[in-house]
Amino acid sequence: MPGWLIDFLWVVVKVTLVIAFVGVNFIFMVWLERKLSAKMQARIGPNRVGPHGSLQLIADALKLFSKEDIKPAMADPKVWALAPVVMFAPALLVFYVLPVGPNAVIGTDLNVGLLYLAAVSSFTLVGIFMAGWGSNSKYSLLGAMRAGAALMAYEIPLVLSILTVAMLAGTLSVQGIVQAQVDRGYYFVFPGIVAFIIYFICVMAELGRGPFDLVEAEHELVMGYQTEYSGMRWGIMLMAEYTNQFTAAAIAAMLFLGGWDGPFLPGWLWLVIKAYALVMVMMWVRWTLPRVRIDQLLDLSWKFLLPVSLLNLVVVAIFLV
Amino acid sequence: MLGPWVDLLVFLIAGLTFPVLNVVLSSLLRRDYPYPEKVMPYESGEDPVGDARVRFRVSYYVFAMLFVVFDVETVFLYPWAVVLRELGLFALIEIIVFIGLLLVGLYYAYKKKVLRWV
Repeated sequence: MPGWLIDFLWVVVKVTLVIAFVGVNFIFMVWLERKLSAKMQARIGPNRVGPHGSLQLIADALKLFSKEDIKPAMADPKVWALAPVVMFAPALLVFYVLPVGPNAVIGTDLNVGLLYLAAVSSFTLVGIFMAGWGSNSKYSLLGAMRAGAALMAYEIPLVLSILTVAMLAGTLSVQGIVQAQVDRGYYFVFPGIVAFIIYFICVMAELGRGPFDLVEAEHELVMGYQTEYSGMRWGIMLMAEYTNQFTAAAIAAMLFLGGWDGPFLPGWLWLVIKAYALVMVMMWVRWTLPRVRIDQLLDLSWKFLLPVSLLNLVVVAIFLV
Repeated sequence: MLGPWVDLLVFLIAGLTFPVLNVVLSSLLRRDYPYPEKVMPYESGEDPVGDARVRFRVSYYVFAMLFVVFDVETVFLYPWAVVLRELGLFALIEIIVFIGLLLVGLYYAYKKKVLRWV
């Protein structure tokens, strides 16, 4: 076989593995969220299918697969049908630069890794807005507009907190940032504790999680931009959402908590453990705090997080020079 | 080695085909029975009145304008953050002036009550 064909097949194998991980991760995270929320509300949660309800989500996935795909009559067919695709593709692309061990990156270690991550992860909004606009339903459009406002407010503090890490490491490559933490023997969460907290709040707001879930506030907007979707199309949207949540936690683990670094266990397992620890914090926050209003959401970012993250950037820079 | 960007293209194509494949496969497993009430936009059982694409409040637009200003600024900060140590004190002072100007702009917007939602 020619060399390029082997390379090509290797990439295809990697993509298949990543998609398999995305599927398993989606099923596990939904189960985990349902169990954790049940514990926090003194309920039992899913417990019928399989031990501790662990097979419940597989049954749900099969159910979604056989559900009717209702196409709303007033919708713009092309925009409406493309929205789940546009939401899922960036969720998968984020995995490309994730380092899973020393000298091991899922795709390639791009030298503009952080810029790539910021660009790709904010692309999900285009899919959300296509869903909201294309559905031609009032609930969907309101949800999409709120998602847009939230992303615009929180994108800048998010990028500024990422930049703090880039300053500390002196590189934009994600593998380089993890390697810098290993070489120096301390994680960037210690010099960058303010940046870490800002990153975490911003990521929850951008994903529409936690107290910031007014994008799909079910008491006022039914399901937000997902209202007009059903069956597998909705399943894909939900999968993209949970994958984004996992990758956001994984990015936080790599930038601030040393990524694959850790004793005894293999690197990828450390990354997954750290990411899941952060995912569980997100779930904890989500099921503990009440939802904020839209003006509170915007105030928190524009009047507090943005000035604080700018000042934090300057303070860290002064310490470095 | 095909180069990183070709590999990335494979990831992109996989990300675009996987959802389509799922929808197509699931459509082979069942039949659709659409009727007018089912394909109506969902409004909690009420008949929808008018089109959903109405005029929106201007606050969204104002916030979008502010976002563009600050987003361009973060693009300027990327290269500076990487080579911060080599450039040293001069670049640091320049960036402090730059960020100071932005903070003054933000304060102006705050005083002009642009940041108020209601």
